[in-house]
Amino acid sequence: MRFLKLGRNMLSACFIASTSFAAGGGGYIEDFDFSFEGPLGTYDQTQLQRGLKVYTEVCSSCHGLKYVPLRTLADEDGLGYSDEQVRAYAEYYEIFDPELDDYRPAVPADHFPAVVDAGAPDLSLMAKARAGFHGPYGTGISQLVNGMGGAEYIASLLTGYTGEEKEEYGSVFYENTAYPGKWIAMSPPLYGEDVDFDDGHANDIYSEAEDVAAFLMWAAEPKMMARKHTGFVGVLFLVILSVLLYLTNKRLWAPIKKESISS
Amino acid sequence: MSGIPHDHYEPKTKGEKWLDSRLPIVGLLYNTIMIPTPKNLNWMWIWGIVLTFCLALQIITGIVLAMHYTPHVDVAFASVEHIMRNVNGGHMIRYLHANGASLFFIAVYAHIFRGLYYGSYKAPREITWIIGMLIYLLMMGTAFMGYVLPWGQMSFWGATVITGLFGAIPFIGEPIQTLLLGGPAVDNATLNRFFSLHYLFPFLIAGLVMVHIWAFHTTGNNNPTGVEVRRTSKAEAGKDTVSFWPYFVIKDLFALAVLLAGFFAIVGFMPNYLGHPDNYIEANPLATPAHIVPEWYFLPFYAILRAFTAEVWVVQFASFITAGIIDAKFFGVLAMFGAIIVLALAPWLDTSSVRSARYRPMLKWWFGILVFDFFALMWLGAMPAEEPYATLSLIASAYWFGYFLIILPLLGIIEKPDSQPLSIEEDFNNKHVKKIKKADELYAKPDATPAE
Repeated sequence: MRFLKLGRNMLSACFIASTSFAAGGGGYIEDFDFSFEGPLGTYDQTQLQRGLKVYTEVCSSCHGLKYVPLRTLADEDGLGYSDEQVRAYAEYYEIFDPELDDYRPAVPADHFPAVVDAGAPDLSLMAKARAGFHGPYGTGISQLVNGMGGAEYIASLLTGYTGEEKEEYGSVFYENTAYPGKWIAMSPPLYGEDVDFDDGHANDIYSEAEDVAAFLMWAAEPKMMARKHTGFVGVLFLVILSVLLYLTNKRLWAPIKKESISS
Repeated sequence: MSGIPHDHYEPKTKGEKWLDSRLPIVGLLYNTIMIPTPKNLNWMWIWGIVLTFCLALQIITGIVLAMHYTPHVDVAFASVEHIMRNVNGGHMIRYLHANGASLFFIAVYAHIFRGLYYGSYKAPREITWIIGMLIYLLMMGTAFMGYVLPWGQMSFWGATVITGLFGAIPFIGEPIQTLLLGGPAVDNATLNRFFSLHYLFPFLIAGLVMVHIWAFHTTGNNNPTGVEVRRTSKAEAGKDTVSFWPYFVIKDLFALAVLLAGFFAIVGFMPNYLGHPDNYIEANPLATPAHIVPEWYFLPFYAILRAFTAEVWVVQFASFITAGIIDAKFFGVLAMFGAIIVLALAPWLDTSSVRSARYRPMLKWWFGILVFDFFALMWLGAMPAEEPYATLSLIASAYWFGYFLIILPLLGIIEKPDSQPLSIEEDFNNKHVKKIKKADELYAKPDATPAE
């Protein structure tokens, strides 16, 4: 049984490998307009919360988020839940505790559980491990404005099913316009109206895909807003410093240059 | 320290004299920072300071990262994520370190090509050049091993490919490869020794940087004219030079601040631009990525490595002559290291008595092609190994060797150099008088045209 599981994991690992250069080309990636694009882009908190709901109710049955600590759901720059909400959400998951030698409900200090049974890849870093149409060898300006396109890749994949399927070596593959090899082993996870949002937001397949892609971008890069802030302050400081140093340098060299004219 | 006559440090107070007679450290620092520097240095002479800054940045951020990183195959990838998510400011420190490597290589390539254009490698600065090449080699080793540490897919497969190069060396290749890897394949032993060496090498670089500075402080800086500073008297030397502090320190700091503004924009707004998405997938020995691409700064030499396939007649000839000892794989490795060796041998391959390409009408063009060739190789290194890239790589590689082995030796004989200025002072004055004249003309214009 264990061996079978290993074999299945290896098989899925091969699929990961074959998609690993999604960046280079292959599938068609649609340009979604995400709020976190560009140097000043920020996460849309309510969108991340909707995305978490899609992840929880759909994705989490096969995929894990093993690098994401549950407590980070309370991060101000992210989903911004209260500590009570995070604690209540954490209990939804069962975690194996080696000290108890048994399963127990998760607490905020735990990570999202890793899900390995279905042989599906972990989604913690998926939005950074895939690049969309923008890169990584796209021009710098495009990446500056649009980002890597990892979230676009995810959203395009979720909405890219054509409905065609085929069977090979006993496995079913589904045609997907975003997937580099066209045929993906994951069955269509979203059909639209899979999740009801508390705020009454549209739950058609496009909205759901966009929301969960935004959430996965946050999962991959939770410190993005802090990073952009630091970058902004750093650039501003250095531009001012550059101007001051330019003026200092000009004044410092003025007598040396003047001397050269008089001689 | 330098042969250029200038004022030396004189201890004045009792305390200064006490220290100076026991350890002349203040004098050493004074002479280093006050070194007479040709006053006509242009903006291509800023890279030394930028490189020193990069080394400091990488060592400082690296030491902090090492406090939180775990070099073990089971947890290395997770410990990097721990740095990105849980360590205070960890995401910033890691992105600074990762992109700092790129800034380091941009600066070192600019520095090297500056040296090639202005003939900084020529006598009496050969030792400075050779030390610089050693630093560059150590930098490549350090950067390569650093890229392995996050233990992503590109880390693992990059390490497999690059260490495999050593395995291509006949007879002794396999023992060397085993020694590098600490076993038959890339595994925990590899990760451990790479971490250890990645921590060691920067300090070796720091030591060599001191020797590099010592060497060029002994000969004095080169300058855009390639004409030496006049050394007959202090007064004459003073006309050609200004002291490093404050004139060049402030100038270089200004340039550094401008570069860092761009650097911070990349770190803050697109930190993964120069990385590969595959490295956010944990290393998996069972799944080979579709394309294994090294970091951008290795691409030119990677292109040379791949250019020499078994179809190339030079390779077939070498294989025939050596009864198969030099096969295509080993030839590629030889070509790659050879590309760096010819660069290091430039001081002896260049036969021209004129230093600066400014006064070498033919070299200017060939040098321009070399710069283009370098970027072409960089682009080709990122392309898949198929036509037309294979042929283009071969042409570009041939030009790289041709420049050093044919053009440099030959031009010294057939080229008729332009006349050089008699002194640095003359060059400096000409440039500024011209500038002032231009400004005068500009100001003169409004008088000639009616106001409205």
